[in-house]
This record gives sequence, structure tokens and C-alpha cells, in this order.
Amino acid sequence: MHPIVKLVVQRIALGLILLWAVSVVIFLGVEMLPGDTAQAILGQSATPVALANLREALGLNEPALTRYFNWLFAALQGDLGVALTNGQDIAKSIGSRFGNTLFLAGCAGVIAVPLAIGLGLIAARYNGRWPDKLISGVTLATISLPEFVAAYFVIFVLTQVFPIFQPVSMVFPGMSFWDKLQAVALPVIVLVMVVLAHMMRMTRAAILNVMQSAYIETAVLKGLTPMQVIWRHALPNAIAPIITVVVINLAYLVVGVVVVEVVFSYNALGQYLVDHVAKRDLPVVQAVGIIFAAVYIGLNILADVIGIVTNPRLRNPK
Amino acid sequence: MKMPLSAVIGLFMTGAFLFIALFAQWIAPYPIDSAVGKVWEGPSAQFWLGTDTIGRDILSRLIYGAQVTIFVALVSSLLSFGMGAFFGFLAATRGGWIDTGLSRLVDLMMAVPSLIVALVVLSVLPLNLIVLILVMGVLDSTRVFRLSRAVAVDITVMDYVEAARLRGERQSWIIFREILPNALSPLVAEFGLRFIFAVLFISTLSFLGLGIQPPETDWGGMVRENKDGLIYGKAAALMPAAAIAVLAISVNLVADWVLSRTSSLKGGRGG
Repeated sequence: MHPIVKLVVQRIALGLILLWAVSVVIFLGVEMLPGDTAQAILGQSATPVALANLREALGLNEPALTRYFNWLFAALQGDLGVALTNGQDIAKSIGSRFGNTLFLAGCAGVIAVPLAIGLGLIAARYNGRWPDKLISGVTLATISLPEFVAAYFVIFVLTQVFPIFQPVSMVFPGMSFWDKLQAVALPVIVLVMVVLAHMMRMTRAAILNVMQSAYIETAVLKGLTPMQVIWRHALPNAIAPIITVVVINLAYLVVGVVVVEVVFSYNALGQYLVDHVAKRDLPVVQAVGIIFAAVYIGLNILADVIGIVTNPRLRNPK
Repeated sequence: MKMPLSAVIGLFMTGAFLFIALFAQWIAPYPIDSAVGKVWEGPSAQFWLGTDTIGRDILSRLIYGAQVTIFVALVSSLLSFGMGAFFGFLAATRGGWIDTGLSRLVDLMMAVPSLIVALVVLSVLPLNLIVLILVMGVLDSTRVFRLSRAVAVDITVMDYVEAARLRGERQSWIIFREILPNALSPLVAEFGLRFIFAVLFISTLSFLGLGIQPPETDWGGMVRENKDGLIYGKAAALMPAAAIAVLAISVNLVADWVLSRTSSLKGGRGG
């Protein structure tokens, strides 16, 4: 077997084991924490009989390990159980919301990635001079802001100072694609701000790292313009670390999306998760938590696989 | 070595925040929880930053909020440091299955973003100050563990550690008297970054309604209370948001300076 295939298969297998371990922690670890689902639903004033009945109905009297495997096999078949609070099917509630989350994160990614790489290139080109300092300074400021703070500044500026947008992002089934795009404009701006800084800084670092090489000096000495040097010689050699960083930041977007959805009351997975944490609806929280974990782990595997595949030393073994 | 201007500004601002947090009871012009004015008044001589959604003085609440925010962030980052550094050093000095076990456990914890783990855990645990500090501290200690293990692995192969081992010193001596003093400078720089992360984390949790519960308040919670005003052009929610931003940037400036002086070991922002 080609060594690269072997590495990739190994990496994916490791990721699947990790995901399984995470599901164990999210299910069994949470079970071990002090807290009683039945008590949480009925409140402190519940009678012992009512508590016992509810435990029986929820199957809480079975051993935790049995319940874990029942849950796992059901989950693998797409059955995530029903929500404690309103008895609705969780998989069904997640379905449409997951689409909305992906739409939001996808829009942000499509804008943020080229922008970050472009700005990174400019910063590397003018390394140490004012365009670099300006870009680095602004991104340093956005890196130290939590998502919701950035969001409210954006809301204030773009809906009050310059009234261009609506402060709430409603999407509902049947909206046209164009209307949806307009509805998510503000949250997308915020998400782009949040992930841009990190991607841009790493792009700049990756390019500057390559700029130390001897072949860059050759390119400069043969009279290429600085932008040609970067575009033709530095960028192709820095592309692997840049792609890795881009994918890792897309994974970070998964977390940013949770908070941003709450800010804009955007009806999607993150909002659904936070609502049900407050209601202490454990089955929903576990299901959504696993989905977020799976997306995050999946993107991290993708980053590693791209790193392996684009590495010429691994592609052409001796 | 001359201090750069940015570090001076950062130190001054950080010091000012600490002072305000320590002496909140004496500085705040109004009590934390009494409606002293009308709803959403603008800034005036009486209420410097205006009033909030039920007419409480924003400046006073900001000052009391500084106390809670900074206290929680400080204690949880101290906890994450104590735990992370201790286990990191332990893993590095003992090696073997302790090292493997701890490292895999940390890999597992870091495989999922902290916010998601925190949300899952907080859906079961009661929401109070101690639980919040413990959850934040434990989740963040994974990053300190990785850094301190990496630093300590380099130190354990030094001759003086070898000498201490041959002298027959105990494990705790090697960790606290040989490794700790030599690993301190990169860890101190990291502390600043962990503290900011804790400030942002507790603010985010409170903003989501899962952090500090009323009547106590912190900056994230204040943003949550006043966010509806923004739609009517009331800037009340921006005051605590700005406070979070200014504190984060000030500590960042100091941490950047310490970092550039000590080493290039820098923890990422991470999920």
C-alpha cells in the first residue's frame, strides 16, 4: 500500500476512535456528575412518587452502560430520542437547523478565506512597514474580542449609526436564496471578523517563513518584483500550512457560530443548544454536543489529511 | 531594557482595572441593585454612563461587574495553572504510563471545543460561582498542561536534574525546586493569555445566560440585560462590551511584551 494512503487511513481511524471516546465522555461522564434528570424536569418540589414514575418512564433505572449502548445504537440509526421538555423528535428538530448553521458558517467561510489569504499576502509583502502594521494591529484587536462583543459593535454601527441592516436574522423555509443571503449579512460580517485575524496572521507567518529560503533570494536577484516573488515562489511552497490553518479556523467557526446565532436570534443549531442547556434538557444537549464535536473533529482530520497529501516528501517516498 | 509604550499603556490599564475591582464598594457612586433613575437615560452629570434597562446606574454596575468578572477569571486561571503545571511537570518527570495516560486524556478533552464541553457540563451541574470556576479552570488546564509538559521535558534532561535525582531527592523536590524555577518565565507569559481567555469565557457564558446569575452581575451578563436597547439606539449594552474589549486588549499588550522578552512559546487562542 502506498505510504500516503496508509497515513491517511490511520489518521481517519484515529479520528473515529476519538469521536467514539468523546461520545462516551459526553454520555457516561455527564451521567457521573451530580444531578438528576428527573429532579431537573420536575423541580425541587416534586413528590417522591412522581420522581419514581418519571425515572421509570425515562428508563433511568437501567444501568448507565446499558443506556449508553441503547442510545449509541439508536443514534447510529439516526434516532436521537425525544426532547424532555416538549417530547419532540430530536433528529427532526436538528435536521433543518443544521442546514441553517451550515449556511451561515459556509457564507462566512467563503468570504473569510480569500480575504484572509489576500491580507496575509499584503502584510507579508510589506513586512514591517505601515500596511503590515495596520493589518496586524487591527487583527490583534479583533482577536482579543469575544464574538458577542464584536457582534454588538457591528450591530450598533450598521443598524443605528448607519442604518443599513436589520438587527435580527430570521430565516424560514421557503425564503429565496437571495433573501436568505440578505438576512444573514450581519452575522456573516461578525463571523468573518472573528476568524479573519487568526487565518491572516498564520498566512503571513507561513509566507515569511518561506521567504527565508535560498530560492527566494535567487528570485529576488533575478529581478522579479516583490509581488511576483510571493505569488510565484513563496505562495506555492506555503500552501500546505495555509490550507491547514484555514481548515482549523473553519472548525473554530463552529464554536463562533453558537454565540453569534444567539446574538441574532438565528434559528439554528447553536441557538437550539443554548436554549436546551438553560432548560436542562440533557438528551438534546448530548445530541447537539456530539454533532458539534463530530464536525470539529472531522474538520481537524481533514486538515491533517490535507497536510499529509500536500507534503511532497510523503508523496514521493524514497 | 526599555519598556515599549504599548506595554506601559497595557500595564497602566490593567492596574487601573485591578484597582477598580478591589475597591468597587468604595468607588461605585450608587448601590448595585437599586433603580435610581429612569429607564435607559443617556449619559449625564448624575449618571456618567446613563442608566440601564430598569433604571440602574450603569457605571456602578460596571464597577461591581469588574469585581465579579476579574475575580472569577483570576481564580479560574490560577486553578488551571496550578493543575495544568503540576500534572504537566508530573507527566514530564515520571514519563511512562502516567505521561501517556495524562497526555491522551488531554488530547480527548481538547478534541472538542471548550465552549461545547462547558455547555454540556453546565446543563447538568448547578449554576453557581464554584461550579463555574471549577469547570473553566479544569477545561483550560489542558492548554497549560501541554505547554508546561513541553517546557519541562526539555528541563528534565538537564544535568542538574540528573544530579538531583542521583542525590536521591524526592519527586516533589524535583518538580518544585528544580523544574518550576526554570520553567517559570514562559509560564508567566502564558498566564496573561489564559487570564484573557478566562475573561472572554466567563463573559460569553454569562452572555448566554449560563454564567453568573442575578442578582450578582458581570460584564457579559450586563450585555445580555441591555441588548434589546440597541434596537432603539440605546448604547447601554456597548458599555460593558467595551469594558471587556479594553481589559482584554490591555492584558494582551502586557502579555505580548512579556512573551517577546522571554520566549516564543505561545498558546493559541483555540476553541
